[in-house]
Amino acid sequence: MVPVANYLILSAVLFTIGVLGVLIRRNAIVIFMSIEIMLNAANLAFIALADAKGSLAGQVFVFFVLAVAAAEVAVGLAIIVAISRQQGTIDVDEINLLKW
Amino acid sequence: MPTTQELIAISPEIILALWALSVMFLDLLIAQSRKSILAYWSLLGLLLAGGAEFSLWGREEILFQGAFVQDNLSLFLDLVLLLATGLSLLMAKGYIKDLEMEHGEYYTLTLFATLGGMLMAGAGDLLIVFLGLEVLSLSLYVLSGFRRTEPMAQEASLKYFLLGAFASGFLLYGIALVFGSTGTTLLGGIAVAITEGGLLGDPLLLLGLGLLGVGLSFKVALVPFHMWTPDVYEGAPTPVAGYMSVVAKAAGFAAALRIFLSAFLQLAGDWTLLLSLLALLTMSGGNIIALAQSNMKRLLAYSSIAHAGYILLGVIALNSWGLSSVLFYLAAYGFMNLGAFAVIVALRDGEREYLALNDYAGLGSRHPLLALSMAIFMLSLAGVPPTAGFLAKFYIFGAAVQAGYGWLAILAVLNSVLAAFYYLRVIVIMYMREPAGQVAKMTHSPALALAIFLAVIGTVQLGLFPAAVVELAQASLFPFLGS
Amino acid sequence: MEAFFWVVAIPATVSAVGVVMMRDTVYSALLLVVHLLAVAVLFVLLNAQLIAAVQVVVYAGAIMVLFLFVIMMLGLGRGEGVKEKLPLQRPVALLFGGAMAILLGVVMSQTTIQPVAGALTPGDVLAMGGNTQVVGRLLFSDYLLAFEVTSILLLVAIIGAVVLAKRRL
Repeated sequence: MVPVANYLILSAVLFTIGVLGVLIRRNAIVIFMSIEIMLNAANLAFIALADAKGSLAGQVFVFFVLAVAAAEVAVGLAIIVAISRQQGTIDVDEINLLKW
Repeated sequence: MPTTQELIAISPEIILALWALSVMFLDLLIAQSRKSILAYWSLLGLLLAGGAEFSLWGREEILFQGAFVQDNLSLFLDLVLLLATGLSLLMAKGYIKDLEMEHGEYYTLTLFATLGGMLMAGAGDLLIVFLGLEVLSLSLYVLSGFRRTEPMAQEASLKYFLLGAFASGFLLYGIALVFGSTGTTLLGGIAVAITEGGLLGDPLLLLGLGLLGVGLSFKVALVPFHMWTPDVYEGAPTPVAGYMSVVAKAAGFAAALRIFLSAFLQLAGDWTLLLSLLALLTMSGGNIIALAQSNMKRLLAYSSIAHAGYILLGVIALNSWGLSSVLFYLAAYGFMNLGAFAVIVALRDGEREYLALNDYAGLGSRHPLLALSMAIFMLSLAGVPPTAGFLAKFYIFGAAVQAGYGWLAILAVLNSVLAAFYYLRVIVIMYMREPAGQVAKMTHSPALALAIFLAVIGTVQLGLFPAAVVELAQASLFPFLGS
Repeated sequence: MEAFFWVVAIPATVSAVGVVMMRDTVYSALLLVVHLLAVAVLFVLLNAQLIAAVQVVVYAGAIMVLFLFVIMMLGLGRGEGVKEKLPLQRPVALLFGGAMAILLGVVMSQTTIQPVAGALTPGDVLAMGGNTQVVGRLLFSDYLLAFEVTSILLLVAIIGAVVLAKRRL
């Protein structure tokens, strides 16, 4: 039996990697993928905790998070497509008409 | 299967959802030249949903296995959301036509966004808070980029999206940790688990609450999580910026009230100090940066950040006075802030918007009524009697003093004095300064005039006769705090 | 079991680091697929068979294909500019990330998770018809409202994607 703490620490590590990706990278699509890693880390925490708690509520929550992630991807990629078509770049430093 | 009772209790939400769908279908049938019918149709839906809210007043029902709560608190917040949506639609009607983005989707998405906010206001489960927030946010990401070919709108949309999704990640991780500590995501269940399980000092729970707070702070734009606000307000269509400044904020505070009151009241000692610090940073940061702004939309963006700081004071006070004044403040803020945005929308020559502060020079003599309305909104935002903004501030600061946060109230008053500078500067520019160069024109539209008129009425009325709304706000909180 | 956890956890972490570090966006996307598959295996180890299947089919399958499609269609594969606009951003981000990792790690290594009252063991779930049946039943009973709200969320996403990306409305 793998202790639940292992899963939780793994999820914390993955979450931190995702956060760092958002903060360090400048490419909108890579930032977006880093956010997906963050959501995935939260899902892992949910599933591990649901198993340890013996409550399926955590699994159901993850089911909804997957739906939300799909919806976010649809809108996010649409925004990226629109910007890239018009401005030819998705580097958040170059897209800078407004003060960031 | 949901029971009839559940369907009745959730009827405002159902009406709004059906109405949003009906707008989409009507959009197919109506010729492009007559699209403004959709605005009136959407307003009718808002009125019906509001009527349903009124008929439900006084109920206190927990529905869908605890996932949703329909009580006076959610009804009050819903009414604020519906009212703000109505005002922003009145503003948007002519605006989106002139800027060539009059598509039915604008109204559909606005109605869905309001629905998301209403779900947050009535949430009994962190899952519903999360889903409601996502419905609201996704709609707003799209609405802020609704001028699809305009680079600034695209940029606003991208920034809002990336930071919003980032914040959702934090919120979600926080919920996961709270679930790990308490074994449930039901707000009521969390409170029970904290009492029965002796979880008061549980590090996992505190960390979860902290991350949840970070996620919500992003959404209501508290300093230091506010960076996106001015850019998004500036790039988004003006009516959408006004809508966001009120509805997204009110919904965020609604969710925060729900979460803190129903689930984490026992941990109050742990979060009030942190919130005081956030409130202080938010008020001061917002006001100081606002002083340096020369663009009206950015000025109002920073002003809205500062107002979130004031509202936080009422949450910190955590007594019945403080919480009912949070509700009162949200109502007053809705009128005055949307009113100010409506004036910005009015100062427009077809497609050309006049957003610079200097464009307001000489407005007092050229468009006296418009200038007078703007002056009223600015005075109210500054908190000068006898306006709604003054009473709202008075109640909230008084509640903070009563709860023993006198130092915070003093700092808040100092902040208001500082803020008066930039609000009054707008008035000075309007009345005292002569326009240099191009003169800003005004667009006449009955709907827009009605929006400004209603906002003026609301601002003045809440300032002179606040009793009815204050009583309503107090009645909304009765179940949580007793007297 | 213990060994198997590490066999999956290490690739999951390495691929996540790869997503963030790769210069070429296509590599990032492919590594994200690896990451999602590895996490799906962990879901199976944690008795969440349905979610694991959904993760593979929807996330690693549909969503990542969409990502790759957009990257290829727009030709976004090339790396980003080297110039740093904010020279302090990287060190500050690393400091912040490190502090957060330590905080999360300390809290998590010290917690013990107590089962809830009426906790279900995997055996109980199997006796009730299996993971898919039990989760499915929950979706349509206790989580009915959330399920309906999700349908609205997906509709908003469809409308939004069309509004933003369609050339002519």
